[in-house]
Amino acid sequence: MKILLVAEYRDGQLLGTSSELINFATSMGAESAMFLVGSENKLPSYNGRIYLADSGQAGEFNPDGHKQLLLEVIAKEQPQMVVLPHSSYGWDLAPRVALALKAAQISEVVEVRDGHLVVPACNAKLRRQLKPVTDNCVVTLQGGAFTPSEEPSGTPEVIKVEATAAGAVQFHGYEEAAATGVDLSKADIIVSAGRGIGKPENLEIIENLAKALKGEYGASRPVVDAEWADQSRQVGTTGQTVSPKLYVACGISGAIQHLAGMKKSEFVLAINTDKDAPIGEIADVLAVADLKQLVPILTEKLNAL
Amino acid sequence: MKILVCIKQVPDMESKFKVNAAGNWFDETDLAWRMNEYDEYAVEQAVQLKEQNPDAELTVLCIGPERVKETMKKALAMGCDRGYHIADNDSHLKDPFAIASLIAGYAKDQSFDLIFTGMQSQDRGSAQVGVLVAEILGIPSLTTLVEFSYADGTINAKRELEGGTKAKVSCATPALVTCQLGLNTPRYPTLPNIMKAKKKELLSVPVEELNPPALLIETLQVAPPEKKGGGLILEGDPAELADQLIKILKEKTTALA
Ligand SMILES: Cc1cc2nc3c(=O)[nH]c(=O)nc-3n(C[C@H](O)[C@H](O)[C@H](O)COP(=O)(O)OP(=O)(O)OC[C@H]3O[C@@H](n4cnc5c(N)ncnc54)[C@H](O)[C@@H]3O)c2cc1C
Ligand SMILES: Nc1ncnc2c1ncn2[C@@H]1O[C@H](COP(=O)(O)O)[C@@H](O)[C@H]1O
Repeated sequence: MKILLVAEYRDGQLLGTSSELINFATSMGAESAMFLVGSENKLPSYNGRIYLADSGQAGEFNPDGHKQLLLEVIAKEQPQMVVLPHSSYGWDLAPRVALALKAAQISEVVEVRDGHLVVPACNAKLRRQLKPVTDNCVVTLQGGAFTPSEEPSGTPEVIKVEATAAGAVQFHGYEEAAATGVDLSKADIIVSAGRGIGKPENLEIIENLAKALKGEYGASRPVVDAEWADQSRQVGTTGQTVSPKLYVACGISGAIQHLAGMKKSEFVLAINTDKDAPIGEIADVLAVADLKQLVPILTEKLNAL
Repeated sequence: MKILVCIKQVPDMESKFKVNAAGNWFDETDLAWRMNEYDEYAVEQAVQLKEQNPDAELTVLCIGPERVKETMKKALAMGCDRGYHIADNDSHLKDPFAIASLIAGYAKDQSFDLIFTGMQSQDRGSAQVGVLVAEILGIPSLTTLVEFSYADGTINAKRELEGGTKAKVSCATPALVTCQLGLNTPRYPTLPNIMKAKKKELLSVPVEELNPPALLIETLQVAPPEKKGGGLILEGDPAELADQLIKILKEKTTALA
């Protein structure tokens, strides 16, 4: 089998997902080549061919342009599988390429089992084993699912590809997240509020527990989206990445995008009414309880210590 | 101006999921159904656009069995003008390409200026249908939007990237956009609007009349993930739980040191 890997590059940097792509190809026992719209000065360590388009010419975000370039490389390499990260870059580009190839796309692969691709469903409560019926397929990989134990090595052979015409989408630059508020990445203890708090007034329960533990409070995305907590409190792929000694997840289901931001915590305590909540998979302790009852009692007892 | 918004009905993610008898999806017994969370943002944005352009017509489309009409009525109560239901008892077995082909098949002769979808469905999470619809129709698409504005045939928007960075993008209509969480604040339908929605047109067309394409993906198995175990599960009276937790925190962490 031959796989074409699509690495990503943003704002002058090669993104770390390229090592996950390489590791995936290795775990499939496949021959691989890579495609990258990036820069000669930022190439991944890789023992293979890289088709490189210059991002200055091709545009860093230019879906039509990247699709055209990728299709040209696919025509040369004839891979059976095209693999991208399941990221803002990958899920945008993958379906465009899949449709052009009339190929099946399998999104957010977490595992390869008996040679078949496994994807999560229903907030990781189920898993589906899928098989493309088409000759070729496009695949996106869940972030972190194929992290190699050792960083890949090697120097790639670079084949330059020329960028084509502009596309229908114009890109006008980046807007960085405002660096105000708390820096949760330095906190030793974090108590986070999820949608399970139910209403903004209940955030206080979480803040009080954080105070009793002499830590900071954090939040999952719905709590931030609803403006119950400041953006700087958000933990996850689009918020902060934290690794405290203790992380208490209150009313948080444990969606992959949240886990990605806190799974390096040393000890995870989850408080959730749902015994099957996926947070249970990474929690050291899951207390099955209504946070509105348990958290105030816990806080009171801690304060009395 | 003509606008289309595509919505999906999904089970409440807090449900307990059991694999169905055929082993290809979940068992529907006892599940509560709701609008895909991402699609609530899509409907809200479409309704806001309609409010800005009072002559606009806004259609909501959903593929699924009879029960999805309940969710479509919510979209009508939020402000969509009419519903187009593709009645399909097997929609849960269709792959993203088949769903997208059905949507594009409907949209191709309707000259919509703007099509809104969610960035992904909560049950499948493929994040494909929106982009596929746009590619089939040959119109531009902008994905994962957390900000949207439209004026004079141009969409200005922000895409959300990892780490909270945003990319500023624009394109001309006709176009399709996929909506990310937090794009806006979806409204709750008011009682008068719920009453009004009952009188709105909700056309239902059997999927068999629309020639759905052959599937590109075969489902081999559906199963709960293997429990990696390790984690301790505690249940019981809150006061006793609190004592147990304090004991564990003392023994296993330095938090109370
Ligand atoms: C591209 C992308 C990026 C994202 N980035 C992030 C991110 O950075 N951070 C993030 O958090 N999410 C992110 N998300 C969203 C993520 O997918 C989930 O939607 C989100 O994490 C869910 O938050 P939650 O667990 O608080 O809410 P839910 O999933 O709704 O879970 C609520 C939980 O509370 C429990 N509960 C309810 N009532 C109670 C009670 N009384 N007591 C105890 N428990 C209760 C429920 O059982 C449930 O498990 C992102 C999504 C996408 C697509
Ligand atoms: N059965 C359906 N009916 C109508 N729209 C759908 C359906 N399934 C998916 N969509 C739309 O496509 C988006 C992405 O879905 P998915 O590709 O399944 O993650 C959803 O947010 C909906 O807007």
